[in-house]
Amino acid sequence: MADLTLTQAEAHRATRLDVLLLLIAVVGLIAAPFFFYPIFLMKMLCFALFACAFNLLLGFTGLLSFGHAAFFGGAAYFTAHAVKEWGWTPEAGILLGLVGAGGMGLVMGFLAIRRQGIYFAMITLALAQMFFFFCLQAPFTKGEDGIQGVPRGYLFGLIDLNQPLNIYYFVLAVFLIGVFAIWRIVNSPFGMILKSIRENENRAISLGYSVQKYKLAAFVMSAALSGLAGALKALVFQFATLTDVSWQMSGEVILMTLLGGIGTMVGPIVGAGLVVTLQNYLATSPLPVTIVTGTIFMICVLIFRRGIVGEIQALLRRLS
Amino acid sequence: MTGMLTAAVPGRHVQTREPRAVLSARGLRREFGGFVAVKDVNIDAYHAQIHALIGPNGAGKTTVFNLLTKFLEPTSGTIRLDGRDITRLSAARVARMGLVRSFQISATFPHLSVLDNVRVALQRPRGLGYQFWLSLSALDRLNERALELLESVGLQDERHKLAADLSYGRKRVLEIATTLALDPKVLLLDEPMAGMGQEDIARVASIIRNVAQDRAVLMVEHNLKVVADLCDRITVLQRGEVIATGDYVTVSENEQVKLAYMGTGYE
Ligand SMILES: Nc1ncnc2c1ncn2[C@@H]1O[C@H](COP(=O)(O)OP(=O)(O)OP(=O)(O)O)[C@@H](O)[C@H]1O
Ligand SMILES: [Mg+2]
Repeated sequence: MADLTLTQAEAHRATRLDVLLLLIAVVGLIAAPFFFYPIFLMKMLCFALFACAFNLLLGFTGLLSFGHAAFFGGAAYFTAHAVKEWGWTPEAGILLGLVGAGGMGLVMGFLAIRRQGIYFAMITLALAQMFFFFCLQAPFTKGEDGIQGVPRGYLFGLIDLNQPLNIYYFVLAVFLIGVFAIWRIVNSPFGMILKSIRENENRAISLGYSVQKYKLAAFVMSAALSGLAGALKALVFQFATLTDVSWQMSGEVILMTLLGGIGTMVGPIVGAGLVVTLQNYLATSPLPVTIVTGTIFMICVLIFRRGIVGEIQALLRRLS
Repeated sequence: MTGMLTAAVPGRHVQTREPRAVLSARGLRREFGGFVAVKDVNIDAYHAQIHALIGPNGAGKTTVFNLLTKFLEPTSGTIRLDGRDITRLSAARVARMGLVRSFQISATFPHLSVLDNVRVALQRPRGLGYQFWLSLSALDRLNERALELLESVGLQDERHKLAADLSYGRKRVLEIATTLALDPKVLLLDEPMAGMGQEDIARVASIIRNVAQDRAVLMVEHNLKVVADLCDRITVLQRGEVIATGDYVTVSENEQVKLAYMGTGYE
């Protein structure tokens, strides 16, 4: 029993270091808009949240979805439509995006989780493609043009989100809440069962867990949080288009997550930051974006098999 | 008349009473394509008894386990647990009812700590499965029982290691601790001692003997010395069929069994 308290002390020491790093990161993010373009930072935050939500499924449950663009882009459409056509406030629009994406996750997840591995990925891809064609045809998405000129409006009817700093801090707050939610889910009794399913599904079944229910719950949570990211993006850029529901978007979030390190909390954020920075950089250069990011991705995966953050963690573990 | 007589002598009544079959399968059959892997198997696991399922490689022992625990659907036949028909229930459901198995190939959660491996098993029975909003410290109340289980198998000093970093034999021991965490009615162990050193074999044998005091145990085991020492009943399987059932002496004198085991390196 004496040993047990020792380990709890150890655990607290580890979290204290984490809290310190977290504080530095938050202060950095609060100061960031004074040094970088807010719109660029907000794009980073949206994708970082999207990648974290995706990682909840891939990194902590062991399910590779190839259809997450449907949730990200779907929510962008829901939010854009609600605030533009129905005049909803931004917070209500975002909530609709979150709930709508969660509902889509329930349907898609229900159809996909019966299968495993590559079949699971194929089904999610197929369903997301179906949704893509629905968005291409449906009148409310405005086809190739997408929903343009989405008003940012007033948060709670009070705060003008057209002010760059206002919307930045709003996006930052939602990002932090979203990441905290994911962190909480991962480090909860439920998250423990998700990890055990990732580690050994049959063993989890033999311990009496209905793994399909757990997988579906994780899928819905991941979809809803991806939707939160997509809803934010619609407000930040003031449009929702087919790009957000395309299969390339699903591929991009996989790339970000693998690049940063699956199954780590910080990895997807780093990966998203890297990819978004790279895209911004290359947008003004004559180099073809997809080929360059693809090449960098290949090199990274070959050299850092655990992703950037995963490799750093492994290195630190070896040193200590 | 006889009923009244035996009732009048309670001590004797207990001794001569037929042991209670907790798990029983009748006419169990499983085909893979055209191949019959398990053919009309009848098997019973009795309360407070250790029952060995033996047979040459490929005889169908693991398949029988998969059928009993519903990891595979039987082509035909019925399975009863405590008199209740469980033939159509799901694997997780059957496990929740107290029919818990281990696997032939070591089955731990490799990237969880040894302590967490056992705690995962304790979570569901203590109502801690879906709480995604609680912090991990909610699991601290499982520590005491988890440590008890780890101590009972001698793993307490290794509780902070990742399961992946344990030796093969220790992983199997961890699996047994994890299985026992569910406090099952029936324990199905698929070659629990394979790959273990002498010390672990002795320890696991005594654990199994101990847990079998108030549970039914059905185990696949190749080591016939262990079977002779440990098991009350033996069922011999060959090419998917039961060729003998009974105590060690009965089974070892069976002509078909002798034939099946002749020259295969068993004693
Ligand atoms: N999923 C499956 N598909 C096809 N054939 C299978 C399947 N599972 C088992 N078999 C076949 O059924 C037979 C029995 O296999 P099983 O694994 O039950 O044997 P076993 O008695 O456990 O052998 P061992 O002592 O080697 O563990 C084998 O011939 C095997 O090839
Ligand atoms: Mg076997």
